Amino acid sequence: MAWTREEMAQRAARELKDGFYVNLGIGIPTLVSNYIPADVTVQLQSENGMLGMGPFPYEGEEDPDLINAGKQTITELPTTSYFDSAQSFGMVRGGHIDLSILGAMQVAENGDLANWMIPGRMVKGMGGAMDLVAGVKRVVVLMEHTAKDEPKLLHRCTLPLTGAGVVDMVITDLGVFAVDRHGGGMTLVEMAPDVSLQEIRGKTEADYALGPGLG
Amino acid sequence: MNKIYPDAKAALAGLLRDGITIMAGGFGLSGIPEKLIAEVKASGVKGLTVISNNAGVDGAGLGLLLETRQISKMISSYVGENKLFADLYLKGELELEFNPQGTLAERIRAGGAGIPAFFTKTGVGTLVAEGKEAREFDGQTYVMERGLVADLAIIHAWKADTEGNLVFRKTARNFNPVMATAGKVTVVEVEHLVPAGQLNPDCIHTPGIFVQRIVHYDSYEKRIEQRTVRKRA
Repeated sequence: MAWTREEMAQRAARELKDGFYVNLGIGIPTLVSNYIPADVTVQLQSENGMLGMGPFPYEGEEDPDLINAGKQTITELPTTSYFDSAQSFGMVRGGHIDLSILGAMQVAENGDLANWMIPGRMVKGMGGAMDLVAGVKRVVVLMEHTAKDEPKLLHRCTLPLTGAGVVDMVITDLGVFAVDRHGGGMTLVEMAPDVSLQEIRGKTEADYALGPGLG
Repeated sequence: MNKIYPDAKAALAGLLRDGITIMAGGFGLSGIPEKLIAEVKASGVKGLTVISNNAGVDGAGLGLLLETRQISKMISSYVGENKLFADLYLKGELELEFNPQGTLAERIRAGGAGIPAFFTKTGVGTLVAEGKEAREFDGQTYVMERGLVADLAIIHAWKADTEGNLVFRKTARNFNPVMATAGKVTVVEVEHLVPAGQLNPDCIHTPGIFVQRIVHYDSYEKRIEQRTVRKRA
């Protein structure tokens, strides 16, 4: 059985370590905050200018001055701090954020990432994605293994890049791949329960090694 | 020196001309200078270059200036919430320059701090780096980005004193403080205006030197783009 979106988020949550400052992207990555292990304390960064992001507000307590990067209403925590956009991306670019979990359209075996633009379609913009993948210490991609049965893990990205050689790990509904962004390539390190190597092979264009216990 | 103006029209008098570059604060619709945008619309000035992280939504924020075709170029990081924007862009009626959000913020910060250019690793190896000078520092490649300034910055703050010292509220701060530093003239709309001496000098986010004109209104629309709530237990 492939992992559900919730199970993917749960698996990604295991990448959170105690004391981490973490930025979660929009979509499945947002679900990761529901599965933070009990013995782990992390502070979530919202790149529009907040550390220590709290849950959605109760109805009637929404504040138009308090939103996340997806423009959703949120709340603050006792640990919260606010800052301007330049300082926010100073902490991103300066390598102060430990982990970024974000979605992708394509990932290549060399760690290249494409998630912002499809030529010929209206482009919405990269927002903070290029800054995050260039600056955050560790970048984990959380995405479906294929899009309309086309592989998303490729030898080389065909879409315009968000970052070159920036991905450290890819978690899909079928398994987990470690990526050595310094030329060591991609390694399959985990498979979802009852998913076969054959299925992964059939749905993956990228070359990858097999991690311990999978060969 | 009086920085207080009675309304948005007076606060922008003499500053608006066709073809100028305007920085407008805000992230999504949070912390946008809504009264000042409405006044730019009312003035009818055209051919504007607007530097703002987003382009508003249909019918609110900078979306108002798109409806009237007053903007000819946007410099933004994300414009996904605006259908009219897409239509105008695809028809070639609107020029668009995408900047990564952090690069945009730093370009504005640099512009306001008198720094004409800087090097960043954001965008290296992507379309964003094409045509720009690249350099290696300590074994890593960086791309050169230019500082940004504007003829006018319009921003929104929570509180001001009569000197123009500003305090922002929560995530409505976003691009507002950096834009205040990068406008040749900066006009702020505020929710609370107090006499100098009433704000704690240790808690001021933007010093009054960056603010030339202040206008105070009691109430703002402050539309919420994505109202998201949880159930009470």
